[in-house]
Amino acid sequence: MINPIPAVEVRGLMNRFGQQIVHDELEMSVQHGEIFGIVGGSGSGKSVLLRTILGLQAPRAGEVLIDGDVITGLDSDALVRVKRRYGVTFQHGALFSSMTVIENVELPMLEAMALPEPIIRGLALQKLRLVGLPDDAGLKYPAQLSGGMVKRAALARALALDPSLLFLDEPTAGLDPISAGHFDELLVYLKRMLGLTVVMVTHDLDTIYRTCDRVGVIVDAHMISDTLEGIVRHPHPWIREYFHGVRSRAAQGA
Amino acid sequence: MTIPLEPLEDGLAVAVCGRWTAADSPHLLDCVEKIKIPPAALTLVDRIDGLDLTGAYFLRRLERRAETLGTPVQWTPTRPELLAFTDTLNLEGAAAVPGHAREPSIGAALPLDRLGRWAVHGGEAVRSVVDFLGRIYAVAGGAVRRPARFRPRSIIRQVYETGLQAFPIVALIAFLISVIVAYIGAQELRQFGAQPFVVDLVTTSVLRELGVLLTAIIVAGRSGSAFAAEIGVMKLNEEVDALRAIGLNPVELLVLPRVLGLVIALPCLTIIADAMGLAGGAVLSWLLVDIPFNQFLVRMQEAMAPTTFWAGLLKAPVFAFLIALVGTYRGLQVRDTSRELGRLTTVAVVESIFLVLLADAIFAVIYWELDF
Repeated sequence: MINPIPAVEVRGLMNRFGQQIVHDELEMSVQHGEIFGIVGGSGSGKSVLLRTILGLQAPRAGEVLIDGDVITGLDSDALVRVKRRYGVTFQHGALFSSMTVIENVELPMLEAMALPEPIIRGLALQKLRLVGLPDDAGLKYPAQLSGGMVKRAALARALALDPSLLFLDEPTAGLDPISAGHFDELLVYLKRMLGLTVVMVTHDLDTIYRTCDRVGVIVDAHMISDTLEGIVRHPHPWIREYFHGVRSRAAQGA
Repeated sequence: MTIPLEPLEDGLAVAVCGRWTAADSPHLLDCVEKIKIPPAALTLVDRIDGLDLTGAYFLRRLERRAETLGTPVQWTPTRPELLAFTDTLNLEGAAAVPGHAREPSIGAALPLDRLGRWAVHGGEAVRSVVDFLGRIYAVAGGAVRRPARFRPRSIIRQVYETGLQAFPIVALIAFLISVIVAYIGAQELRQFGAQPFVVDLVTTSVLRELGVLLTAIIVAGRSGSAFAAEIGVMKLNEEVDALRAIGLNPVELLVLPRVLGLVIALPCLTIIADAMGLAGGAVLSWLLVDIPFNQFLVRMQEAMAPTTFWAGLLKAPVFAFLIALVGTYRGLQVRDTSRELGRLTTVAVVESIFLVLLADAIFAVIYWELDF
């Protein structure tokens, strides 16, 4: 089943802070059912791009489409309905520190679904097990979890409303290689089983090689996107350096 | 709208239709709970058009309901793949840890038990306050020998933020309060024909009590809360741990400059509050009791004992010390959650105002005994 409408599309995006141009006529398109990695140097505007797509920040010009619907400039009610369609994880987890992990997962459900509490608890537990957290982790507070568990808990919260689209900001940053590897496997597994579309900002070359179907590189305020094989052969000097540097060769060898 | 579970004519099979997703969930739960399960066997016909994990959860619930009734369940043509997936991960099994973990509640209702807990917590609290005071003393002692460790820049910044920036609000409130005191005083004294004593009333009350007390309460609300919140956020961001790891003493960097800054700023603010209070009294005496400004000055000097001004001002550094101490101490106690931050900031303000009033009462007794 091929859906011709992209899951996420960015057209002519323009972002600037003072004199600094972050994005200039940036184009991006993510197909249904693929894992799309966004890479770029520090300060190249990866996070700004993600924040713009999520509607947390208004762009100077350009538009963002989710499932073919323009979401830039929507009123807040309409935007809330769009936001129910995707899940997000933030770089540092952004779990609500005064709630237990399972309450974190339940929060979007309580807001969006009119269901009795035991059912919500059951659904939240389902999501925790889905991301591989033990049941007793649900009763802990975020401050009591390890880094890897925080990332998993954040993923569970992002999956709370069964979105078909996921945005992940640096999902494996700060994890040890083994935990990061498990997270990559989990992501690929969930994508296959649930038919997820995933857009992730990442610096982790291992994650890119293991999970991404296509990669978009932000260079010179534009995005160059291609399949993994294609992007590796791209002549742009920064991209060459990125994919053929010392660290990259190690990741490819793995 | 399609009915998610529709019994077919033969009475044995049930068609599962339409969308089984999170967006349709309340409706789905209703159907799953209400559908009549035939006693012999339940055949589910897959006509699903969109299934996600939430939908799978409800389908599993339906299957389990039938199983507990002893009714075998079968699917035609095949069971949805996602259900098998949830089974392999045991996503719907009962929770290994039911409910919330609680402290053992045995005997918690016993008064003796509560008294014991209260005593232990109280003892711990006293110990940690004494410990905190000791740390400040140790750091200050070390800094006396090497004055650079007093961090003059930080102290100046604190004086600016807690003192100079509080100037307008303190001046305004002191002026208004003294106007109120003078106004009510004049009304009462008129009954005795003693209106000129308004000047005495304003002078004594502002200089001895109101000036310093109001300033301290405003500063406790403004800066005591700021100290707790600033340091609390630093704790949550592990900045305090970072300081320790670099080998810097958080008490020296965070607590001492705030304490010293406030000990400098609060007396200055008190002097301003005194001046504005007297100005308010002078304006009202002129408007209400017809005492011109030069006469007000003369009466004011007669009403003042040599100690009146100092009796108020002497309290300021003590109040400042208490406010800064409570604010920084509560800030350093913040751990793990944003709720703690809010709670301890509130506690800091409430406690510092309470301690200021308590200290003021003690001062009143001491001044009385000393005839100050």
